Amino acid sequence: MIPLSAYVAVSAVLFATGLLGVLIRRNFIIVLMSVEIMLNAATINLVAFSHYLEAMQGQIVALFIIAIAAGEAAIGLAIIIVVFRGKISTNVDEMNLLKW
Amino acid sequence: MTFPLQDLLTILPELIVIGTACLILALDPILEATKKDVLAWLTLGALAMCIGLTSSQMTGRVSAFSGMVVIDAYAAFWKLLLYIVTGLTVLLSLAYLKAERLSIGEYYGFILLALAGMMVMVSGADLLTIYLGTELMSLSLYVMAGLKRTEARSLEASAKYFVLGAFSSGVLLYGISLLFGLAGSTGLSAIAAAITAHGTGDPLLSLALVLLAVGFGFKMAVVPFHMWTPDVYQGAPTSVTAFMAVASKAASFGAFLRVFVEGLGAASADWSVLFTVVCLATLALGNLVAIVQTNIKRMLAYSSIAHAGYALIGVVVAGGHSGEGASTGFASVLLYIAIYSFMTLGAFALVGMLRKEGQESDQIEDYAGLAKREPLAAFFMLVFLVSLAGIPPTAGFIGKFYIFMAAVNGGMTWLAIVAVIFAAISAFYYLRIVMVMYMREAEGSIATHSRLETSPALSLVLACALAGVVLLGLFPNGLWSLASQAAPLLK
Repeated sequence: MIPLSAYVAVSAVLFATGLLGVLIRRNFIIVLMSVEIMLNAATINLVAFSHYLEAMQGQIVALFIIAIAAGEAAIGLAIIIVVFRGKISTNVDEMNLLKW
Repeated sequence: MTFPLQDLLTILPELIVIGTACLILALDPILEATKKDVLAWLTLGALAMCIGLTSSQMTGRVSAFSGMVVIDAYAAFWKLLLYIVTGLTVLLSLAYLKAERLSIGEYYGFILLALAGMMVMVSGADLLTIYLGTELMSLSLYVMAGLKRTEARSLEASAKYFVLGAFSSGVLLYGISLLFGLAGSTGLSAIAAAITAHGTGDPLLSLALVLLAVGFGFKMAVVPFHMWTPDVYQGAPTSVTAFMAVASKAASFGAFLRVFVEGLGAASADWSVLFTVVCLATLALGNLVAIVQTNIKRMLAYSSIAHAGYALIGVVVAGGHSGEGASTGFASVLLYIAIYSFMTLGAFALVGMLRKEGQESDQIEDYAGLAKREPLAAFFMLVFLVSLAGIPPTAGFIGKFYIFMAAVNGGMTWLAIVAVIFAAISAFYYLRIVMVMYMREAEGSIATHSRLETSPALSLVLACALAGVVLLGLFPNGLWSLASQAAPLLK
């Protein structure tokens, strides 16, 4: 039997990967992928806790997150396409009409 | 599992809003381009129905859908505020979209979908519903920020908003998953019970608390999670900026207070320390950086950051107290955000409609000599700016007064003094615009001067915002009793 701590550890590593990806990588699409990794880290947590605490609610929340992640990806990719057509680079650093 | 009809009746306002949004999305393709105004009136009609329904839900506490949603005075207060600001935004959009020659029918559908998300946020009693509401609001706003598809700045704003918004949702969600691990449920009352049972020493709880604070901090635009605000507020179409600055901030504060009071109230000693730091940083950075801005939309963005800082004072004070002190602290936050909504919406309405050569004139120097060209517009701007600076007899003064009173009564006089100093600094950058409008002469030829593009809808928005600012400044008692009735109690 795999202990709960193993799942939480994997999820923590995934979350850190996603977090670093958003902060370090500059390509819009890779940033979007990193955000999805963060969402999946939360999903793993929820399903693992749900199993070990015998509370079904966690798995229901996980299903909702999967649906939301799909919606978010759809809108994110649509924004990327419009930005690309508008001839702005998809490199986050080169988006500098508005100064940070 | 089936749910009783009674549950559907409790969320009737949400159903009306979503139903109207779907109707608008369906009607948009079959309407001729010249008749898109119908959709705005449809939106206003739905809002009027919702105002009627929600005002009948002001008393008592009704739970629906196995405790996922709760309807109480607190939710009703925020919803009524959201209906009013959404209605004013729709009127402003009528004028603004015409001036920008954007005839996009689905715009009103997105506004209603975002509103539905905000309504779910403030009446959610479960982290799942609150998260879903947040996402519905954010996804609609990402699209709305990029609606001016021909303009690179708008697209860039949309992209930046999306990246940082999605990132903050990820952080929020991870915090929710940790809280679920602690409590075995995402219900706010179950989480509160688990924290009382286990105590607040758990490091996992502290981590979850910080992650939730970061997630909500992004949505409320408080320092250090504010960096998206100026860019997005500047780049987005101004009617959308007004909607984001007012409605999304109000809804985020609503959900934030609900989660931290009803769910994490037992750990209030921990989070009030955390938010003291955030509050001070927000006040300092928002007010100081606003001074150096040359673009009025950016300046108003930093001003909206600073105002979130003032509202946080009430949260900090209430968190350090229980009973009477806590409820006046929270009530002052509710009052502050309501007042902030009117003055900010009014200011953005003017910014959007002051135009030259078919373009929005959003540079502060465009306001030179406005008092001579457009005396009425300059006077309205004067009132909104004076109110934002918190000078009596306007509503902005009343908002700050109640916040500072709560701080003094809560034994945090030093915080009130710091905030007063920053309010004095803020008067500098607000009154600088007044000075530019009234004392500087416009340069260049008359054709290049900015003028106000008037329309009946815009006049109505400005009149409502002005009435809000002036009347709430003179007679704040009604709103104050409403806010104290609605304020959540820290157990």
